[in-house]
Formats: sequence, C-alpha cells, structure tokens
Amino acid sequence: MIEIRWHGRGGQGAKTASQFIAEAALGAGKYIQAFPEYGPERAGAPIRCFTRIADKPITVHSPVTNPYAVVVIDPTLLDSIDVIEGLIEDGVLLVNSAKAPKVIREKLKLKKGKVATVDATKISLETLGIPMPNTPMLGALLRVKDVVSMDILISQVKNKFLKKIGAEKTDANIDGIKRAYQETEIG
Amino acid sequence: MAKITPLTGDQAVAEAMRQIDPDVVAAYPITPQTEIVMTFSQFVADGKVKTEFIPVESEHSAMSACVGSAAAGARTMTATSANGLALMWEIVYIAASMRLPIVMPVVNRALSGPINIHCDHSDSMGARDSGWIQMYAENGQEAYEDTILAIRIAERKDILLPVMVCQDGFITSHSVEGVELLEDKLVKDFIREYKPCMPTLLDTDKPVTYGPLDLQDFYFEHKRQQSEAMKNAMATIPKVMDEFNRTFGKSCNIIEEYKMDGAEVGIIVMSSTAGTAKVVVDELREQGLKVGLIRPRLFRPFPAQKIIDAISGLKAVAVLDRAESFSNCGGPLFNDIRAVMYNSEKKPLMLNYIFGLGGRDIFPKDIADVYKKLFKIVSANRAEESINYIGVRE
Repeated sequence: MIEIRWHGRGGQGAKTASQFIAEAALGAGKYIQAFPEYGPERAGAPIRCFTRIADKPITVHSPVTNPYAVVVIDPTLLDSIDVIEGLIEDGVLLVNSAKAPKVIREKLKLKKGKVATVDATKISLETLGIPMPNTPMLGALLRVKDVVSMDILISQVKNKFLKKIGAEKTDANIDGIKRAYQETEIG
Repeated sequence: MAKITPLTGDQAVAEAMRQIDPDVVAAYPITPQTEIVMTFSQFVADGKVKTEFIPVESEHSAMSACVGSAAAGARTMTATSANGLALMWEIVYIAASMRLPIVMPVVNRALSGPINIHCDHSDSMGARDSGWIQMYAENGQEAYEDTILAIRIAERKDILLPVMVCQDGFITSHSVEGVELLEDKLVKDFIREYKPCMPTLLDTDKPVTYGPLDLQDFYFEHKRQQSEAMKNAMATIPKVMDEFNRTFGKSCNIIEEYKMDGAEVGIIVMSSTAGTAKVVVDELREQGLKVGLIRPRLFRPFPAQKIIDAISGLKAVAVLDRAESFSNCGGPLFNDIRAVMYNSEKKPLMLNYIFGLGGRDIFPKDIADVYKKLFKIVSANRAEESINYIGVRE
C-alpha cells in the first residue's frame, strides 16, 4: 500500500489533487482512499489530505501517520509545519519550490529518503495562466513514484476536465503535468 | 454490470437515493445537513429522479413533513446529522409510533456542546430508544447497500418501522473510496414498487386517522405492538439480507465476525473503526495471537443471540463505544452487551472503552493496546476497571 500525505493551504487544490490521483488509480484497478483532514475551513489555512492506493481492499480508516510520500503544494508551509513528520525511511518529500532538493534537505535537516522539487507554480502560470500548482504536482509525483502510469493520469485529466473546462484548458493542464514530470529535480 | 465509482460515503448514499427515487424527500438544506442532500437535490434539479423535494425551514419540520408524506402513502426519505437529528427529536418518536416506513441516512457526528462537527455516535445513540431500526455502516459501500436494504426492511408489513442508516461523519462520509454501484434496474426490482400495506390518508374509500389522542386506554397496547414489530424485525432483517446477498452476490449480515475462529479475545466495535481494527487483527494473527473482531451492523433491534453465540466462548472481550452515556456504567453498546451476557452460562471478562468523541482519531496502535490489555486481564483472570478511555488527556 502506498500512503501519501498532502500539505497545502485552503483553496490551493490539495484535496482535489489527493482525490484525483486516487481516482486515476481506481481506474487502473487499484483500491483507493482519499480524504482531507477537516478543521476550521478557510482560504489560506494550512490543510492536510491523505491518499491510499493498494492492490488489496483498504479497511483502515485512520489518518496516515507514516507516509511514503509527502507532497507540499505551498512551500511557505515548510516554515510553520513539520511536513516530514512520520515520513518513512525510504520515503519521498516532494515540494513545490524553485529551490534545489539539497537546499530543502538542509533547511529541514532531513537525512533519509529522497527529496524532489519542482516549480509547479511557475509551470502553472506559464501553461494555465493562473497559479494552480496542484495539477503539475501530480506530474511531479509520478516522476518520484509511478503510482499510476502517465497515460492513465492523462486520460483521467481528459475525463474530468474536457466537459468542464474545454479542450484548450484541458491541454494546458496536461502540458503542465508533463512539464512538471520533466522538470522535477531529485536529490 | 455493476461498476466501481469513486465516491464519498455521502455521495454513495445519494446514489442509492437516486436509484430508489422516493416519492418525497423533505430535508433541511443547510448546516448541519450533509453532502447527501446536496447531491440528491442536484439529481432532482437535473430531472434524474421524479421525487418531490421539500426544502424545509428546520429539521423538526423535515421530519414533520416526512410524517405527513409517509402517512399519505408516499415512499419517503430524508437525511440528517448531529444537531439536525437532535432538533428532529420529538417527531422522530412520532414517526416510529405511527409505524411510518421512513428511511433516513444519518451521518454520525458529535452533538454540541462544546460545538463540534466531527464524528462520534452521540447523535444516533441518543435516538436509540426512539423505536427506529438502526444500521451502522463500516464504509461508503455498506452505507449505500444499507440504504437500499432499509427500504425493503422498513416497508415490510410485519415490521413497518422507520430506519436510520448511520455512517461515520467525515471518516467515511467525506472519504473517497471505490463504491460498487448496482444496476439501477436491479435496485428498482429489489426494492419493488411501493404499495403501502396500511390504509393511507389519501385513501378516501377507507378513511383513517393517523396520530390521534391515545390515552390510558390504548397507548400501552400501541407501544406493545411497536416492541412486537422490533421482534419481527429481528427475525426478518436476516431474510431480507439473504435475498440481497443472493441477488447481488454480497455477504451482508446483521453482525460481522472477523477472524473469530479459535479466537481467545475479541473486540466489539461498530462502523469505520471496525475496518481499522481488522488491520490490527491481521497483524496480531500473523504473530500467532488468537484475536478476533465482532462488528454489529444492526444495533436496533439488538442482535442479542448472535452476540451471545459469538462471544460466550471467549476469555475476554473489549467493547468500544463512540458515545458516552454518562451513566458511570459505560457506553450504550457495552451496556447492551453486558446485559445480554448476564444469563449466559459462559461469560468472558469484559472491558469498555470510550473512544473517538468529537472526532478524536483512533489509530491501529490504540487498538493493538486494547488487545494487549485483554491478554493481560486473561492472565490475571480479573477485569479491573471496566470503563476505560482511548486517547484522552486526563
């Protein structure tokens, strides 16, 4: 079972991303769970969301405590939240940041696992024209762990987005995902 | 073909309601209402159901409108949660005493105060003596299935009682999981066309009165009939579940026994926490420890005989309650279980744990600690303090 914890701020699409990757995995025949941690909800407040993906039915219904991957959608959270809490030994920390993985590693004094960074906000601005880093972060996540194949993720984007936002913006999202996959640095 | 769809527990229940296509849904449309009614009202707006949707001004009015609608002979549903159920209280009892087969999904959340919106069972446990049948689902899949089952159960002539279909607030109600939706037509066939089996208010050939004054002369007899209906429900619900299982290839039961073969100690818990406990049972079994789990899916009527059969051979049992009854004698599930075991020749040592109030998380480690404690009291052959708390600051 792969367990992922997402850190973002209300309104940045962390919940959507946590569900999106789970739904893509469901389409690939996996068992899934995606749920946010509800607190006082307001735009800008730090939130956490969780995704589980497994080959067998998932019965556990408690929050993820020892994630394989931690995805930080808003890098300002690194200053206020212990994002690496419980990260497993060979886990991955993926941060939306223009900084090199080494810089993040030093900042957090993280010795274990892998650190990956990608400037998803910049990619989102350049592809979609708005700062919505959550979809590019899905591409970056695939780069550090093939939780689903790129083809499955892209067909999921088409399924979900085409009717809602049209072909142009759907393609822009797909471009963002592919660029983030390419531009992710791992260290 | 049935297909697997990513849905929250709320959406899964709303899908069941779409397939049931009730004649009337009366519901309060804002907080503390849940996504169930939000999703269902979208189905109404999109013309996916023929339901008359009545957005009322309070939960008290929601249940009142349901009573009128059901008495008029319409297949009637509503949904509620937490303080919404509390505000319905007066009419909740009236719906049961008038023997109206209303089905109500309940998303279990804490009652205020202090103000809290998260999961515990204090809302529906407060209504346990109201005369409603109560089912508790482990996940969204079961909440979906229970909603369909509840229609058949409520409307049977030998039962005619309203049903609450409970699931854990946020933990399953807002968690996306793969849910296998049955085919619309097969669900329709299973629930059958609704033909009220008692004369209704709109039946002018057989005029009747619902809910008149009923004093010392007959009130008691009517209450006695309600108890009889609950007895019938106990006998009949397994049959309805069998039919559901045969039709759809499922394995619903009024209680689930998980890895109870050869078990020496067991935990009894309802709803989503049972799923978390299963992970612990698997791990401990791998270590060779003889542990098992029992999960009542039906709480009212209480599956007494099934519980006795399941636990009388155990050395020790812990009952986990997600509600406090302030009796100083433990939570509601514990009290029922300890009571039904009184006349049993063989009785396990028994502990009660209150957990998860106001949405306090419970983790596999907490449950593993309970099993550890059970083995300890088996060694000592004494239960010590029977009321315990999980994860609370003292």
